Amino acid sequence: MSRRRGLFQPLSLVLGFAFLYLPILSMMFFSFNNSRLVTVWDAANSPTLKWYVKLFENDQLLDAAFLSVKVGVMTATGAVILGTLAGLVLARFGPFRGRAILSGLTTAPLVMPEVITGLSMLLLFVAVEQAFGWPAGRGQMTITLAHITFTMAYVTVIVQSRLAGFDDSLEEAAMDLGARPVTVFIRVTMPLIAPAILAGWLLAFTLSWDDVVISQFTSGPGASTLPVYIFSKVRRGVSPDVNALATMLVLTVAIVVFVGAWIMRRQERKRDREIQLAIAENK
Amino acid sequence: MAEKPAANPRQPERGKEYVRIQNVTKRFGDFTAVNNVSLTIYQGEIFCLLGGSGCGKTTLLRMLAGFENPTSGQIFIDGEDMEDCPPYDRPVNMMFQSYALFPHMSVEKNVAFGLEQDGLPKAEISQRVGEILELVKMGQFARRQPHQLSGGQRQRVALARSLVKRPKLLLLDEPLGALDRKLREQTQFELLGIQERLGVTFVVVTHDQEEAMTLASRIGVMNRGEIVQVGTPTEIYEYPTTRFVADFIGSVNMFEGRLTEDEPDYVRIESADLGGRIYVDHGISAAPDSTVWAAIRPEKIEISRERPQGSDNTVGGTVKEIAYLGDMSVYLVRLQSGRIVRVSQPNAERRNQARITWDDSVWLSWDPSSPVILTQ
Amino acid sequence: MKSVDRRAKPILTPAKARLAAGRMGPLWLLLFRLAPPSWSDYVIKHWSGRGFVVAVPYLWLLLFFTAPFLIVLKISFSERLIAMPPYEPLFGWVDDIPVVLEWSFSSVMAFLSSIEVYADLDKYEFLLKNTLYIESYVYSIWVAAVSAFWCLMIGYPMAYAMARCTPTWRNVLLLLVMLPSFTSFLLRVYAWMGLLKSNGVINNVLLALGIIDEPLTMMNTDFAVYIGIVYSYLPFMILPLYTNLEKHDPTLLEAAADLGARPVKAFLTVTLPLSMSGIVAGFLLVFIPAVGEYVIPSLLGPTDQLMIGRVLSDEFFNNGDWPVASAVAVVMLVLLVGPIMAFQYFQSRGAEEERK
Repeated sequence: MSRRRGLFQPLSLVLGFAFLYLPILSMMFFSFNNSRLVTVWDAANSPTLKWYVKLFENDQLLDAAFLSVKVGVMTATGAVILGTLAGLVLARFGPFRGRAILSGLTTAPLVMPEVITGLSMLLLFVAVEQAFGWPAGRGQMTITLAHITFTMAYVTVIVQSRLAGFDDSLEEAAMDLGARPVTVFIRVTMPLIAPAILAGWLLAFTLSWDDVVISQFTSGPGASTLPVYIFSKVRRGVSPDVNALATMLVLTVAIVVFVGAWIMRRQERKRDREIQLAIAENK
Repeated sequence: MAEKPAANPRQPERGKEYVRIQNVTKRFGDFTAVNNVSLTIYQGEIFCLLGGSGCGKTTLLRMLAGFENPTSGQIFIDGEDMEDCPPYDRPVNMMFQSYALFPHMSVEKNVAFGLEQDGLPKAEISQRVGEILELVKMGQFARRQPHQLSGGQRQRVALARSLVKRPKLLLLDEPLGALDRKLREQTQFELLGIQERLGVTFVVVTHDQEEAMTLASRIGVMNRGEIVQVGTPTEIYEYPTTRFVADFIGSVNMFEGRLTEDEPDYVRIESADLGGRIYVDHGISAAPDSTVWAAIRPEKIEISRERPQGSDNTVGGTVKEIAYLGDMSVYLVRLQSGRIVRVSQPNAERRNQARITWDDSVWLSWDPSSPVILTQ
Repeated sequence: MKSVDRRAKPILTPAKARLAAGRMGPLWLLLFRLAPPSWSDYVIKHWSGRGFVVAVPYLWLLLFFTAPFLIVLKISFSERLIAMPPYEPLFGWVDDIPVVLEWSFSSVMAFLSSIEVYADLDKYEFLLKNTLYIESYVYSIWVAAVSAFWCLMIGYPMAYAMARCTPTWRNVLLLLVMLPSFTSFLLRVYAWMGLLKSNGVINNVLLALGIIDEPLTMMNTDFAVYIGIVYSYLPFMILPLYTNLEKHDPTLLEAAADLGARPVKAFLTVTLPLSMSGIVAGFLLVFIPAVGEYVIPSLLGPTDQLMIGRVLSDEFFNNGDWPVASAVAVVMLVLLVGPIMAFQYFQSRGAEEERK
């Protein structure tokens, strides 16, 4: 009944995507505005790149960005290791005692309000420091540990659903052919879930890079990540250099995502063509 | 044609025309799924659309149901043009290949769904649902959810759901496809019983020729979007009009040859393929000297160790393979020309001393009425 | 039945799997061989134990996710001190009540029966008697529910339309839905500051068009908070709905039409009930985090009515009252336990349905 879909569906898509994208586009547009008032277009002196130049003169911002990158890379790597293990356990190890608890523990951080996670992590670090004298103060280390904990849940979900999409029989076949569990994991399971692991890494990095609340709780004086820095700045109101920063971040992400999607699509198509070719040859 | 098939109790008296499909074509982009099909289906008959995958049979069925619109051509049901008539207003119900049972409703609710759409009073709905569930022997499963049923039970619920609105025309898309062999056979006969009792016109889509032969009063064989032959099961099997139909229905030995003698009451065909001559005891309409094909069914060929009398319709060979199927045996015989011929013989006796075995030299022969001569 | 499902949705054909394994396999093997031999030997000898694989993520989550909540609970019973950290020492009580560290039932009972604890429930009494806190809780739940409702109203038609597109369009649209959530959440909320403020884009446009004579006050209102939450969380509504709707068997709608149901009726009787688990998942996925939302109300929300996340962080950062902040968190968690359990229930039910 595709013939009578009417106007409602296309219209809801157009309006929905306008709602999602117009604010971002407007923010990007006004980053080229010369006026300090940001949203009042100064037609005489615009467009200008002066806010972009100012960004690179701001040491505090550059430091924060660098810290964010470091935390993001460490977080993503840690989250991928832990999340892959958890996903593997949940998808492949069958029922065992405590599986329900593990399953609950991995999905709870997905919905837990950030203030609660942030507060509890901070209190843990303070308590552990009191008891053992480590970690001394809060900074890169504590932010990373907190970020790993809340991002590994996402990796777990991705890996688990990827594994659920595959038949166990691939792994069973490998075992039948004499591979030990570790070999099976490295030669069969890992290659199969490699896209999920990559996606999980990127997602964990993005979440870490983006996080405000948990970072604010677990960071110490002098160690603020980029979002924490921006948050303290925009609480005082809109400011034109934040628009410039946002434009650069949005464009970077958009380019990375689109290039990634394009490469994946090309590979997928190539593979499909090869499969078609193989089928044609067999005929 | 030498003999007309025996009278069929399901053969309608060609009374009232119920469905008329007129020059219907359906294209999806560049692909023509159904190509200029014209077809008439009579009230009370079981009409089977038979063909391989992608032949357009399901598309034709979906156009009858109203899920697809013809690109050109018209469909009349009970004399009314169905153009612009949406599926929910058509006097037609369909049994889906996947059964399409609503997973969130019980058996009862599934069956009641169609009646609820008509706004019937509750009492009447529950009475009719009860009746139809009894008819398909699912009365005791009324409160089950679809996932608690076996494949055969789901099939029955789907049938009940499509019959409960008492449609004049029921469309069945591979109705028995998901059932195993034993169950399929049993269900075929039950379907026939139900159809006879309710007098509904059935249009069945299937790729399974056995199913079509058992169910149908008439079969329409489809190939590449076109109807290639319409006829009763006997006509389709015994008197195919094209090589495609002869080959598609059952198995057949096809010999290419040249028409050497063309008389009104007999013809002779010289076949290099066979390494001999074929004599047929009736005339055909083909130009002398033209290339024709003789199709001979495996069960119509006699196999023996001794050479039968006469020189036509006889050919010698060696047994290469024997497949014992229980009720019959299939022999693959290699002729001198190198052709492999398929012969099947019923296993009438339990212990056959003179049983033919591998590498025996044998003679194959057939009745002059057996070959079907095809020109296309 | 299982085999039917697999046939219906071939996520990975054997041929594809072989290709993937063949291509990636050697790389991983190489990486593994590069590791020091002693290490890989050790791994091969001892790592086959499933126990180890289970233990690593398990212990991590217990240490960094469960333990912190127990500490929050403990501190919420504690007294505020002017010191660093500003609460009574955690392990100081062990001498008086030796069992308190074990958190068994008996130890909790012993803990509760001590006189000190009765005094310490003050924090909760304080919360419950103070209308400021109660109002904040009610306000937060109201804001989260309204926002989740509007997310559903906007997200359902979008997810539905997406699920009925051709596969190529689906992937493009899915990417477009997710793309904003890959960019900074904070900056997307910030974008609305530029739109909503009194000399912001919306007011400027409306004034220029002559629709209004003076700027509308949109910043620091409930409306701004709704907009911010709906905008930020919309993808979390669309994704579960889309995943659910995309799996629907189109022949079910055809069957409904065949049985006489008009499109609206077919939607209400077939599609809507079947997408209920997606609706619930999407609603909770927006509602639960929105209750504790802190950034959006801080940037866009009213200054006289605070959401509870803001109250918590104010108590913590501005007042330095860690015990009260902990108690606020504990009460918030208690309020959210129901929705969180419901979410997990629907998650596992969805996974089960998939297996069927």
